Amino acid sequence: MIELEALVRRYGEREALSDVSLSLATGQTLVVFGPNGAGKTTLLRVLSTLLRPHSGRVTVLDRQLPQDAWAVRGRVGLLGHEPLLYRELSARENLRFHARLHDLDSARVEELLAAVALTERADEPLKSLSRGMVQRAAIARATLHDPELLLLDEPYANLDPTAIDLVAPLIGAESGRTRVLSSHDPASGLAQADVVLGLRAGRAVLVKAAGEVEHQEIAGLYR
Amino acid sequence: MKRTVGALLRKELLVELRTLESIPGMSLFAVSTLVVFHFALQRSTVDGDLAAGVLWVTLLFAAMLGLNRLFVADAEQGGFDGFLLAPVDRTAMLLAKSLALLTYLIVLEIVAVPAFALLLLGPPLGPALPGLLAVLALADVGLAIIGTLIAALAVQTRARDLLGPLLALPLLVPIVIAGARATAPLLSVGHTGALSGRWLALLALYDLVFGLIAYAVFDFLLED
Repeated sequence: MIELEALVRRYGEREALSDVSLSLATGQTLVVFGPNGAGKTTLLRVLSTLLRPHSGRVTVLDRQLPQDAWAVRGRVGLLGHEPLLYRELSARENLRFHARLHDLDSARVEELLAAVALTERADEPLKSLSRGMVQRAAIARATLHDPELLLLDEPYANLDPTAIDLVAPLIGAESGRTRVLSSHDPASGLAQADVVLGLRAGRAVLVKAAGEVEHQEIAGLYR
Repeated sequence: MKRTVGALLRKELLVELRTLESIPGMSLFAVSTLVVFHFALQRSTVDGDLAAGVLWVTLLFAAMLGLNRLFVADAEQGGFDGFLLAPVDRTAMLLAKSLALLTYLIVLEIVAVPAFALLLLGPPLGPALPGLLAVLALADVGLAIIGTLIAALAVQTRARDLLGPLLALPLLVPIVIAGARATAPLLSVGHTGALSGRWLALLALYDLVFGLIAYAVFDFLLED
């Protein structure tokens, strides 16, 4: 499903990802830990095809990036720090826009609005909704096209415990999707992980099966 | 492709309708500029070459405002990424943005041309109108295509407000020259001159060349 071999990604002279290698099978969850600026978001953006790798070998959904990026787009759902939604438009208008881009009908939009409990406020501009509601709309946007691979950058930020339960069928382990998830919370991160990646200054300092990882190893990434 | 262009254009117009960031600014700028010309030229009416020059310079700078705002919502709110993640032909964005800018220009001209006739133009606008509309239509297509191309390039830089006009002006000057030359005889006293096919052909050729260039390079502008 995902194979990385010596992945390097730079911003100018600075290497945001240096020599990152790992492997993730279909249906598994990779949880990425690391302090701010460690390269977690960059990794998710490379896997989503939004950023090109500068060297190394990147295979996503059995396709080589960046050459086969066109075949990966539409099969990946990205939930980043930004909701990728227009503030002036309502949740329904935003989702309908994305549904048209993915050639989906409006019944799917209504299904997702109901799944994230936004039907009642679906016609209000996003700028008038709380951050938690916008995050739920963003989750609906990321899963609208039923992606095979979910790339989730701190997906539970701004969500209360009820909302976390609400979106679990869409982005949680029970969704059955292959997931790459960035987290700062060792307990909840490890509980969801099959494979753990620890990044520090762009380097993969920890790549292990989740069962072999100690909490202290995660805490050590932040020291 | 048609569905994607439709979705993008609909979104574009909805966002503009809600924010009113481009069209009112462009129209107000054009009317204010015409008022300034009215006083700065120290004459109550203009015609011929001068009238054409005033009209085209006003339209060009008003168009710059729309051009500069064209991709801002997408860049600031992540709409770019949302689009890039979809399995669609990226040329759809070029078409949709060009059509959106074309719409803004048409609305701008619906406001600016009557204001120009009212504030500055000596000869009556009526007889010149059919020819003027033909020139405006061809010039607008070029402005929309080049404007979209430059806006897509500039929005990815920090100095986009400066870079957009700096890059666009040299490319848009031929449109202004051809537009002004084609329009001048129409705006002369007595409407003596005929519409020149040569300048119309030049505008059409310019539209075609930049249409092809934009089609060829737009994909690369959106790439990382």
